Amino acid sequence: MISEQLVDLSRLQFAATALYHFLFVPLTLGMVWLLVIMESVYVMTGKVIYKDMTRFWGKLFGINFALGVTTGITLEFQFGTNWAYYSHYVGDVFGAPLAIEGLMAFFLESTFIGLFFFGWDRLSRQQHLMVTLLMAIGTNLSALWILIANGWMQNPVGAEFNDATMRMELTDFWAVLFNMDGQAKFVHTVSAGYVTGAMFVLSVSSWYLLKGRDIEFAKRSFRIAAAFGLASVCSVIVLGDESGYTVGEAQQTKLAALEAMWETEPAPASFNLIAWPNEAEQKNDFAIQIPWVMGLIGTRSVTKQIPGIKDIKEKNRERIHSGLRAAIALDKIRQDATDADARAIFNQHKKDLGFGLLLRKYTADLTTVTPEQIDRAVNDTIPKVTPMFWSFRAMVGIGFLMLALFVLAAYSTLSGRKRHPRWLLKWALWSLPLPWLACELGWVIAEYGRQPWTIYGVLPTHLSVSRLSVESLYGSLAGFIGFYTVLLVVEIYLMIKFARLGPGSLGTGRYDADQHAAAHA
Amino acid sequence: MFDYETLKIIWWLLVGVLLIGFAIMDGHDMGVGSLLPFVGRSDVERRVVINTIAPHWDGNQVWFITGGGAIFAAWPLVYATAFSGFYWAMLAVLWALFFRPVGFDYRSKIQDPRWRQTWDWCLFIGSSVPPLIFGVAFGNLLQGVPFHFDQSMVSYYTGTFWQLLNPFALLCGVVSSTMIVFHGSVFLVLRTEGEIQVRARRVTYGAGALLLLSFSAAGLWLAFGIPGYELVSAVDPNAALNPVAKTVARTAGAWLANYGKEPLTLLVPVLAYAGVLLALLLVRIKRPGVGFIASGLMLAGVISTAAVSMFPFVMPSSSDPNHSLTVWDAVSSRLTLSIMLWVSVIFVPLILFYTSWAYRVMRGKVTVDHIERNEHSVY
Repeated sequence: MISEQLVDLSRLQFAATALYHFLFVPLTLGMVWLLVIMESVYVMTGKVIYKDMTRFWGKLFGINFALGVTTGITLEFQFGTNWAYYSHYVGDVFGAPLAIEGLMAFFLESTFIGLFFFGWDRLSRQQHLMVTLLMAIGTNLSALWILIANGWMQNPVGAEFNDATMRMELTDFWAVLFNMDGQAKFVHTVSAGYVTGAMFVLSVSSWYLLKGRDIEFAKRSFRIAAAFGLASVCSVIVLGDESGYTVGEAQQTKLAALEAMWETEPAPASFNLIAWPNEAEQKNDFAIQIPWVMGLIGTRSVTKQIPGIKDIKEKNRERIHSGLRAAIALDKIRQDATDADARAIFNQHKKDLGFGLLLRKYTADLTTVTPEQIDRAVNDTIPKVTPMFWSFRAMVGIGFLMLALFVLAAYSTLSGRKRHPRWLLKWALWSLPLPWLACELGWVIAEYGRQPWTIYGVLPTHLSVSRLSVESLYGSLAGFIGFYTVLLVVEIYLMIKFARLGPGSLGTGRYDADQHAAAHA
Repeated sequence: MFDYETLKIIWWLLVGVLLIGFAIMDGHDMGVGSLLPFVGRSDVERRVVINTIAPHWDGNQVWFITGGGAIFAAWPLVYATAFSGFYWAMLAVLWALFFRPVGFDYRSKIQDPRWRQTWDWCLFIGSSVPPLIFGVAFGNLLQGVPFHFDQSMVSYYTGTFWQLLNPFALLCGVVSSTMIVFHGSVFLVLRTEGEIQVRARRVTYGAGALLLLSFSAAGLWLAFGIPGYELVSAVDPNAALNPVAKTVARTAGAWLANYGKEPLTLLVPVLAYAGVLLALLLVRIKRPGVGFIASGLMLAGVISTAAVSMFPFVMPSSSDPNHSLTVWDAVSSRLTLSIMLWVSVIFVPLILFYTSWAYRVMRGKVTVDHIERNEHSVY
């Protein structure tokens, strides 16, 4: 049996390093398109201020990108170092999109980012713009392949278990590729990144405008960020809505948990605007409901039902019983591959094998499972409702708050007035952390909401870990925390320093802080 | 679609190609990084050194990441067993690598000399530790690693971190470090001038000599002192195999067997020697451009020597040889190998194409004058 502590520490380490990595990724995803837009304007109009904008925001982009690269390698490594059984069990399917990401996307963005920074004098304007564009495409393709891999964890299509190799094997690559779950995640996640990039440029530009410096530079940056941000925030809300959640069982479970829907209501279900979930009694102590809304956004119909938690659990109970038979038969096959009886039972129940494996958390010997252990496994199949419910509401609330800001910012910049109102600039400045908060919450909802599985219905989280000592985990976790804290301090210090210096840091002699820049940059 | 056996062999070759690509591309900038504090004495000299690789290190590092991804996709069991077994060694590589992206990008953004010197040493660590550890890891693979699987194919590493640092493995670490330093120094000779170039050339000669010595010593030790592994039971290379259902024997001299069976493979170690000697000669007669290619051939020779000696083994188990991982049974399914092959056939040439273009755009020597004129835009 695997120590609970080992599992918890492995999860903590993965969650901490993934959330940390995701501080840098969204900004990269979004800012890279802002650079493309600014540079396109430069190439089309020939106005040098747009070149300076590309270079200055590119500098900040580079400071962020460096940490994105640094912390991304951690995640690739960690599948092998800390999730060895996971890597073995699903590597045949999951490894491919990761490798394709490297070949198709990461090479592209990383090769061209070098030319983006150092190729200004060696490339024609059009060539340099093409370099920036390829870098942007590479970055976004990267996200695509990672989310195809992640989508497969939520909805494992196109694969089958092989008892000789004791793992999942690919049967239909196109099913993995066009998995609705992965595609929905991709558009939602990159849009969230675009919002982050737009908010960053909007906030920093607002700060310049509040200080009354680099006005022309800041106004143009503000305008581009406001327009791009408005489009992106609309897309993140529309494409992120819960229509994606009707695909596959994992998402139905998540939906029920994050909406605190204990019972299956007659269609169309009502929406819990606010509720106080009570996990022990499986009900909401208090709820403000809006009739119909849940059914409409969840199923886009008035007739389809959305299953509640209690019904999902009962279905899972049956699957655990069936999966238990599969797991016991598999043990026999592994001892004697010619055991025909065991194979017959296995083939009959193999689609539920993952549910049987949930019981391994409670017993080493599956032939002596008690009803009490089955109950515990059934309860495990639903993620904790309270954190899901509130994370989701916080994320959506932040999304609408940003929508309001971008609408006003876009209106202000398009209305042709000479100055933006100061309250708007302040609002924009103080909204800087919001997209990061929303992105991290989104990650929590997607990944915490997948528990108790690493691969929904196939592989439980507690089996997926490498069998390391608890001491090793404490050691590595401490190392990551140490390194990442120092790196974050350095990164934020540089970010603030260069944001303060502003476009003067380019040393072109055209901007306000140029004297300081010459002395310090 | 190729048959399964052919695909397994193609993927053994492809993983080799990616590792060699990693050694050539990321290797030269790791070599440059390892030499940074020594061949660059003043701040501006160090900036020259860093800027020889500034536009390329990021793309080059992807060879490493893609190599890892390819092993994950093609040999998932190797990926799982090696990364979790070598836990602390892999974390040391990872943490050392942390210093590179930030070191390159942040170093010259602040003028304070302590800030810059700190990052110089960080870049040194980030560039010198990974090749050393990879060499040590190969040294351990050649001896076999203590691991086994249970019935569900969960892997257990039963050794300690410290036993990885045994004499033969450390010698392999020396081979690996010197070949990377050698390669990096040839690149510096090509891309710098004046004092820096003179120092780099000196390093080329020294590292070349040490490389010839250490590679020969490791070869002799391997031939006469390290027992190899051989497959005793027949395996069906065309089937999806249970990796623990075979018999493996540990016998003296087994790592030489492939050279006896296929004498042409002797060309592989010969290539390693020829590459070093040729590169030395070319640097001597002031043709570092071709010398860099020769140095690349040396890397291909050294890495392939390890791979050919072990074939079909990838990761032998010293504690339970029957659980050793081979190219026949530690691989992905036929469909995955096949799809990944087509993806590689399309994208690897494309990568080579645009990488060459990037090098062409940024070609030429980096000079002190260039750094001073572009104070705000170079590293």
